[in-house]
Amino acid sequence: MNAAVRPTELLGELARILPTRAILAGREDTAPYECDGLTAFRASPLCVVLPETRAQIAAILQLCHARGVPVVARGAGTGLSGGAMPHPQGVTLSLAKFTRILAVDPVACTAVVESGVRNLAISEAAAPYGLYYAPDPSSQIACTIGGNVAENSGGVHCLKYGLTVHNVLAVRGFTAAGEAVEFGSAALDAPGLDLLAVVVGSEGMLAVTTEVTVRLVPKPRLARCIMASYPDVESAGAAVASVIASGIIPAGLELMDKRMTAVAEAYVHAGYDLEAAAILLCESDGTPAEVEEEIARMSAVLTQSGATRLEVSTSETQRLRFWSGRKNAFPASGGISPDYMCMDSTIPRKRLAEMLRAIEAMEGKYGLACVNVFHAGDGNLHPLILYDASDADQRHRCELFGADILETSVAMGGTVTGEHGVGVEKLNSMCVQFSAEERGQFERLKRAFDPQGLLNPGKVIPTLVRCAEYGKMHVHRGALPFPDLPRF
Amino acid sequence: MEDTSAALRRLADRVRAAASDGAALEIRGGGTKRFYGEAPRGETLLTTDLVGISSYEPTELVVTVRAGTPLAELEAVLAARGQCLAFEPPRFAPQGTVGGMVAAGLSGPARASVGAVRDFVLGVSLLNGRGEYLTFGGQVMKNVAGYDVSRLQAGAWGILGLLCEVSLKVLPVRPATLTLSWARDEAAALADLLRWSAQPLPLHASSWLDGRLCLRLAGASAAVEEARTLLGGTALIPEEAARWWDGLRDHAHEFLQPDAQALAQGDCLWRLSVPAKTPALALPGRQLIEWGGSLRWWRTAAPAEGVRAAAAAAGGHATLVRAADKTCGAFAPLAPALLRIHQDLKTAFDPTHVLNPGRLYAGL
Repeated sequence: MNAAVRPTELLGELARILPTRAILAGREDTAPYECDGLTAFRASPLCVVLPETRAQIAAILQLCHARGVPVVARGAGTGLSGGAMPHPQGVTLSLAKFTRILAVDPVACTAVVESGVRNLAISEAAAPYGLYYAPDPSSQIACTIGGNVAENSGGVHCLKYGLTVHNVLAVRGFTAAGEAVEFGSAALDAPGLDLLAVVVGSEGMLAVTTEVTVRLVPKPRLARCIMASYPDVESAGAAVASVIASGIIPAGLELMDKRMTAVAEAYVHAGYDLEAAAILLCESDGTPAEVEEEIARMSAVLTQSGATRLEVSTSETQRLRFWSGRKNAFPASGGISPDYMCMDSTIPRKRLAEMLRAIEAMEGKYGLACVNVFHAGDGNLHPLILYDASDADQRHRCELFGADILETSVAMGGTVTGEHGVGVEKLNSMCVQFSAEERGQFERLKRAFDPQGLLNPGKVIPTLVRCAEYGKMHVHRGALPFPDLPRF
Repeated sequence: MEDTSAALRRLADRVRAAASDGAALEIRGGGTKRFYGEAPRGETLLTTDLVGISSYEPTELVVTVRAGTPLAELEAVLAARGQCLAFEPPRFAPQGTVGGMVAAGLSGPARASVGAVRDFVLGVSLLNGRGEYLTFGGQVMKNVAGYDVSRLQAGAWGILGLLCEVSLKVLPVRPATLTLSWARDEAAALADLLRWSAQPLPLHASSWLDGRLCLRLAGASAAVEEARTLLGGTALIPEEAARWWDGLRDHAHEFLQPDAQALAQGDCLWRLSVPAKTPALALPGRQLIEWGGSLRWWRTAAPAEGVRAAAAAAGGHATLVRAADKTCGAFAPLAPALLRIHQDLKTAFDPTHVLNPGRLYAGL
């Protein structure tokens, strides 16, 4: 970063690229951009720019590159790890104006969309052709495809239909230097290294995405969902393994613990069994005959695994009602607590019950409540730690609680983030999951795309110094020195 | 385990020694894909001491296996539990290894419906060009901690690292399969394939050669039966169907194996990866279509520029797979911006260019 660049100078140069309305520099105008979905981490950018053309994006990047100014790309700002948190000396590059669906090709089963297009809008545009875009993160009404590419977003159906990386054919955009680049192609593969695979999930650190070609899939003719109740989390966990062992890949397989069920039920009245220690939502989709066959097999397995109650949806309305509680787990939690922190680790499925017990013990240890939703099919856990951010001590305990969950996940053979990304939130946990050599390799990979390190600096890969400090804190966990020091 | 650590140390020492001498190393498992891509060069570095399945739990749908393990061995272990590598990697010869499978990134007939090797890679441990042993990804389905270095190894031909161990997603074998065939000309076959791919049918693989269209269905038996009624065609007996798809998968079919005489006369095997809706390509020679129209194999003696131009015009690219002379380059040239990233990535992983140099592109 070039400290010599004066903000007024940079704003003057940006004004030659963009109309005045596309540059926000006043504190009151940039305030809405201070954070993303992870509200605990905030920063004020030097300015926010809202370009409308690819040429403007190229020019902005070229200017920032020449001046050594950091650039943070931003979609809808629904991310949950602070990946879109501004850089105090940087430009926040909003893709909010890139909302055009450029093509829906019902013959090739693809769509070409600008990066600011909302996830759900793609499926809506494809619906007239009986097609849809499969990855469906819970925030799909608001989150953008560009953000999905950055985070490799999943959703409740990704066990069967895959993550963003499995459903994107090509990404067009610009390098940090403002050079146009395309990763992947309209064909099933592209020559050379699979750069698309590494750009997806790179949290805006490698390139700026302006356009995405996605694969569309035929909408299944029918989907039905089983809601199964279990008397304890152990039997629910075992049921998940049994379904997989029987050779079935459900379209969705979700678990909610008792408290989450109660919270969701109060919010949407989905008809959940409030007596159960855990409920599973297990979905089948396909042709009517196929669904009937699968539902019968799944019902048998779930009953055999000790389900105390089984309800199979008999209409689309009922199926959507089953899902409504799960899809609204976050806002429902927001309704019962001033704040919540959503964790996102993934663990091997077989450790599920053990993990839920460990979280239960942590609730006592940190004096905070936690409700759990779990993409059980793929081992992705979303504990929601409930706290009050206006209370510094609670905030601090919440942070420790979260870190404890992540470290336990790594110890169980899992990972610190399944789909929300590292952002700024999990930088410390990256020190636990990766060695200094591995982090060094990440850093060199980053430099191959962005030699000056200007795209979204300070995210994803922690510095050696930071990890060394975290190592020291780690030893004295529970007695953190200087608890008021900002840790990002 | 002791043997594996000793083997790893030995390999790391070799890489470090090569890095300090500036020597080239050819990473080799079973050596079954040396014909593919640019010619291998350098001292041989065998991965065949890294053998065995480190962990496999069918209910996790994940297997972790050392890179030198024969692919046939892994497939047998999975089959015994009713599971498989859904992307059907080619088995050019029995000694092919899991490491080679990932490094080459090649997938078989089911690719268009289930995904490619890269879609099933969950984690890798590798030695980079500095001889550092690094682990990326993991044994879980969803993982966005750091850049996805694991998937990047699929199809990298070993130029970024020597693969030591890989974790792969595995899937249950589908309960029912059925192959149907029809007499169809090329245009009609392509039109049928496109139409079917936009419908919720249990499509699994497709091929067209010499006026015959074949379609493999796979899924729940009810779905396969329904599709059969809907689509018509002639059902192949299971043995005949297996022979046909294995022939394509393993390149055992004569089309994919030009003999020495044909090669000497300038005949080449090209692989054109194009958007599925690309109409019949007007090129001289004979062709075989797979992947619902996305993969067009060409046997032709036509000049490379013409083949590459046709693929590029369709929005795809062409690889020269088998030929007596590959001086035109085995893989399609890269756009300048991408080439620069490739060069910098190579240096990021292998600063002295010791690992499989030139195997993918000259200078990498």
